[in-house]
Amino acid sequence: MAEVEIKAVSKAFGKTQALSDLSLTIGDGEFVALLGPTGAGKTTALRLIAGLEQPDSGSIRIDGRDVTGDAPADRDVAFVFQQYSLYPHLTVFENMAFALRAPTRRMPEADIRAKVQEVARLLHIETKLDNKATQLSGGQMQRVAIGRALVRSPSIYLMDEPLSSLDAKLRGELRLELKRIQVDLGATILYVTHDQTEAMTMASRIGVIEGGRLMQIGTPREIYENPINAHVAARLGQPTINLLPAALFAGAPVGVETIGARTEHLTIARGGGDISATVKRVEHLGDQSHLHLDLAGRPVVTLADPEAGFGAGDVVSLRLNRPLFFDAKGWRVAA
Amino acid sequence: MTSATTAHSVVEPSTTTRRFAGTLVVLYAIITMIPLVWIMLTAFKSPDDAISYPPKVMFKPSLEGFCNLFTTRSRQTPEFIRSLGPPQGLCDDIARSRNMVVAGPSNYVPRFVNSLIIAFGSTVLAVALGTLSAYGFSRFRVPLKDDLLFFILSTRMMPPIAVAIPIYLMYRTIGLSDTRLGMILLYTSVNVSLAVWLLKGFIDEIPREYEEAAMIDGYTRFQAFVKVVLPQATTGIAATAIFCLIFAWNEYAFAVLLTSGNAQTAPPFIPIIIGEGGQDWPAVAAGTTLFLVPIVVFTVLLRKHLLRGITFGAVRK
Repeated sequence: MAEVEIKAVSKAFGKTQALSDLSLTIGDGEFVALLGPTGAGKTTALRLIAGLEQPDSGSIRIDGRDVTGDAPADRDVAFVFQQYSLYPHLTVFENMAFALRAPTRRMPEADIRAKVQEVARLLHIETKLDNKATQLSGGQMQRVAIGRALVRSPSIYLMDEPLSSLDAKLRGELRLELKRIQVDLGATILYVTHDQTEAMTMASRIGVIEGGRLMQIGTPREIYENPINAHVAARLGQPTINLLPAALFAGAPVGVETIGARTEHLTIARGGGDISATVKRVEHLGDQSHLHLDLAGRPVVTLADPEAGFGAGDVVSLRLNRPLFFDAKGWRVAA
Repeated sequence: MTSATTAHSVVEPSTTTRRFAGTLVVLYAIITMIPLVWIMLTAFKSPDDAISYPPKVMFKPSLEGFCNLFTTRSRQTPEFIRSLGPPQGLCDDIARSRNMVVAGPSNYVPRFVNSLIIAFGSTVLAVALGTLSAYGFSRFRVPLKDDLLFFILSTRMMPPIAVAIPIYLMYRTIGLSDTRLGMILLYTSVNVSLAVWLLKGFIDEIPREYEEAAMIDGYTRFQAFVKVVLPQATTGIAATAIFCLIFAWNEYAFAVLLTSGNAQTAPPFIPIIIGEGGQDWPAVAAGTTLFLVPIVVFTVLLRKHLLRGITFGAVRK
């Protein structure tokens, strides 16, 4: 394991600027998640670190060594792909042993066998080692894909949305397992995802990336509580933060154009609030309900206690409770 | 109503439809096979049975055709033949009954060996070169890629025989006429365009993540190509190899023009077996029958790949 340092890296594909001036340091044993929508440049960042793409400018250092021009094989990184990560013509065992059998490693066969079995046990796939890779379920395939990376002890594990092709239940299970394994091994991981839950639950730091730029990086709590702009604020939180014109509310600070209100910033009552809204729809989720409101023609979504008994057509009053303020360009304004 | 009927026929063809389709396929197979069966029957007929009219379907099988294919014979007087010792094997026996003696082996075996060497040699070369170039075209940013691919394809747009005279003159000048190497190079250059195009399609279908994973795991690009791409491209390689082999094996025009005593292949040789003093159809038929064997064996060995190969891309996952 080692520290990975990315310095002012830019990359364009033709006229598309995939990544602009990305600087990021991933500390030894740290779990950093890059969170962003499709096309934000997350995967490009991983591919640059792996050496599958060459940056147009900037440098990449692994463990203090400049690897910017090195071939992928010389960088000592492991990559977990979103899909297609298993070789269909090989068994599970051979898939996992593939990296250890690389001509550059010359690992003795007995060591390979021991290592693969150890990792297989860790991932609960030790009974599947003789299966063809194509005879596995989606969850098992993804475990093998992670196992392919874990048999090595690389400087850094690069993971490109490894759980996104799985169903919600499996994703939840593997999320926990992956975090446990990372802690056990003290592994350095750069994890790319568009799923805020994965980023929030596993990462020690989250980097929010948008349009090829790293917007903000910090602990999940920092990113959630102190987003630097409306983009970042909209990335985290379920339901998504409500961005409302400041003009609707009295008493917003000077220069504030938009008010960002998450569920915890909104107090709903039957009357007596700052502003009134109409309930359009209630989604019952069991332990809580999503309340869809109409506030002066703007949709507002918030959580409500199912016991509160709101129904479509009810008029409710809202009170803001220390919301987030943004200026005309979407940047955060101190309250 | 209409949509329900359509949906039904798409899901599961009815028994009648299936029987009709089956009959059609069997009928087509029979029509295609009749000439082949006739050739094989003729190979085992005596020369008289072969040209009898009306044609004989039932006849006494004879190996005379194969004997005449593999030997050359000389005509002798009955007195001379009687003065000889006992016949040396079956073919000598048959020859003596026709007032001939076996003079020596024919050229069929060396011609057949030439065919094997030239056809398989050019197939291996064309497929190897085709795989490498297809991989290059598929994976790298090649300048003028589309123009190059079109240029490669365009070599197929004219009949190869159109360039026969220039090639003949060229080969004579550089000493490649009537050599196996010359024929291998010629068939390779004709086949390589087909190979590049077919294989590029197959390699395009193999996700590049496989090689990238291998390269990150410590393999060079070439090692990744061998370990990861080739095993997954076997279907395409097999299908391409069959097409290349069939072309090189059957090619007649260039073989007639460019080969004679040394590197002649079987196709130009078979018609000239026809012989002196009567047309020896059983020998020609025997030569043709044996000529079919390698292609049949090769195709049967690779048939699983071939079926998937020619329908490749038609069915999407």
